[in-house]
Amino acid sequence: MNIHEYQARALLKAAGVPMFEGDVASTPSEAEAIARRIGGTVVVKAQVHTGGRGKAGGVKLAANPAEAADVASRILGMTINGLTVHKVLVVPAADIATEAYVGLIMDRETQRPVFMVSPAGGIDIEEVAATTPEKILRLPVDPVYGLLPHQAYTLAFFLYRDFAHVKAAARIVEQLYRVFSENGASLAEINPLVTTPDGRVLALDAKVTVDDNELERRPDLALLRDESAENPAEVAARRANLTFIKLDGNVGCIVNGAGLAMATMDLVKYYGGDPANFLDIGGSSSPDKVVAALRIITADPNVKAILFNIFGGITRTDDVANGIKTALAQFPVKVPIVVRLTGTNEREAVQILTGIGMKALNDMDEAVQQVVAAAKEAA
Amino acid sequence: MSIFADHSTRLVVQGITGRDGSFHARQMVEYGTNVVAGVTPGKGGQRFDEKVPVYNTVAEAVRETGANASVIYVPPAGAAGAVYEAADAGIRLIICITEGVPVMDMTRVLPFVRARGARLIGPNCPGLITPGSAKIGIIPGNICMPGRVGLVSRSGTLTYEVVNHLTRAGIGQSTCVGIGGDPLIGTNFIDVLRAFQDDPDTDAIVLMGEIGGTDEQKAAEFVTQHVTKPVVGFIAGQTAPKGRRMGHAGAIISGSSGTAEEKLAAFAAAGFGIMKRPLDVVELVKERL
Repeated sequence: MNIHEYQARALLKAAGVPMFEGDVASTPSEAEAIARRIGGTVVVKAQVHTGGRGKAGGVKLAANPAEAADVASRILGMTINGLTVHKVLVVPAADIATEAYVGLIMDRETQRPVFMVSPAGGIDIEEVAATTPEKILRLPVDPVYGLLPHQAYTLAFFLYRDFAHVKAAARIVEQLYRVFSENGASLAEINPLVTTPDGRVLALDAKVTVDDNELERRPDLALLRDESAENPAEVAARRANLTFIKLDGNVGCIVNGAGLAMATMDLVKYYGGDPANFLDIGGSSSPDKVVAALRIITADPNVKAILFNIFGGITRTDDVANGIKTALAQFPVKVPIVVRLTGTNEREAVQILTGIGMKALNDMDEAVQQVVAAAKEAA
Repeated sequence: MSIFADHSTRLVVQGITGRDGSFHARQMVEYGTNVVAGVTPGKGGQRFDEKVPVYNTVAEAVRETGANASVIYVPPAGAAGAVYEAADAGIRLIICITEGVPVMDMTRVLPFVRARGARLIGPNCPGLITPGSAKIGIIPGNICMPGRVGLVSRSGTLTYEVVNHLTRAGIGQSTCVGIGGDPLIGTNFIDVLRAFQDDPDTDAIVLMGEIGGTDEQKAAEFVTQHVTKPVVGFIAGQTAPKGRRMGHAGAIISGSSGTAEEKLAAFAAAGFGIMKRPLDVVELVKERL
């Protein structure tokens, strides 16, 4: 789960990471009040879950409170990469001497949290890694012992020469590790970590991504989710316990299992079609889930035909057939539906579908070819 | 004959009285798996389906029944604890079906299990099946048949799709292993490839990968150096967008790494037969047997 910069700042601040004061605003007048409190020139930053905010005009300087209100009124409501800005962060325009990068990710290879730090901060770290890998230090942390003092100093010495800076940075990386491990993060990042002309080391921008699997035992973190910052169909899907990702094509896909759902999208493409979505109804599926899935998919005006691809294991195919029957009785589906199902209770499922005048196919390739043809005909 | 599990496997089911645990325990017993015990704290002394003895702890189950493998169906909050318990009780093969285990927990579980010399498969996996001998997990037994093709996969239903194609074409399987869709898992492709290479009764290997991470690329490298048996591979998620979790927690293209293209290129370099779609498995395996 992505959280906003202002929320990440709050987690870091609670752990003691030094940073410039700042606050979040939902209206121009709130932004003005924060700018007045801070005094001097401020930066107004759009709070959306996407990169490239600056390039899109979502990060702007304001010389005084009135200008902050004006800038905020322009940023609030703007759309960046398809996401509407509902909040802005107002922080002082810092006097910066140097910029560094400090990040912590859950690394699949070492199966540990791994620090990545670089004195070349403020820019895309992937680019630094690709062009000047010698400017990055990677350091895996044993989660049983946590970040050890000498490791914190190793990281800090890689960033700074001045020992006062080193000491400050060593403390900050320890605090960042604590934020990471205590909140079950998959990523925690300070970019940039800056030094000021008066010798302070501060976090200027923060990013934290929380492992979705933490949310059940951490309702406090689950509260940080901002549904207004997400695609509405994806929010509706999550509430119905479905995994849904919208794509640009016109073949709606409803599948059980993530791997099969991906392979289904790929096969749609293979036969010359274009998938409209990824949708996994999960393992033990109830008819209700199928109804919700059909509702979400039919709400997309791009969808010209719908494919069910169900391989019954734990999923009972008759549950799926009943879901289709219920959905069609509740609301009209104006596009053709192609159903492929096989496995658990297949005979019952076919009977249910035959009863409402629908055919069930047994073969995935045949079903995908049919749905692609149907979508092409309707387009 | 098989890897990891066979007729000599003595299985304990952790969470046997739960909704999922009881359903699948029944299926495993029906398939002929030697289910010797169940564990649910507080229900020790009962019998599951009037047959399988239930114990309060795994240690007790091991002591009383000689269990040597465990399958875990407990909810995410208790899954890490269940793995620790199984490893501490001396279980050598631990299969964690549970989906939704916090990754931070896994960073501590994995070294713990390794230090005790046990193998963990999963979490968030369908388990494994040695057709005709033992089914541990949730893979439907009726779609498999005994044979000489080993299969390893990061997913569940996609595995069924491919196994089904093989069985319908009369190609049986030695063992099918689902290693799980999470970013941190106990057994990776290389571990399973090594076992198949060493198994005298596996002649060819099918590897079902997906986007995210570098496990497939590493597997391809390993095959080049250590595997003499033919390998056929697939990557799911060729049409997946970057930066989105495609259902499986581990199925995500981060930045520019973990794409289907780089994995398929690694497969090609290692001489895999490459499936463009699940159905291709039949022809590609036939050509290589």
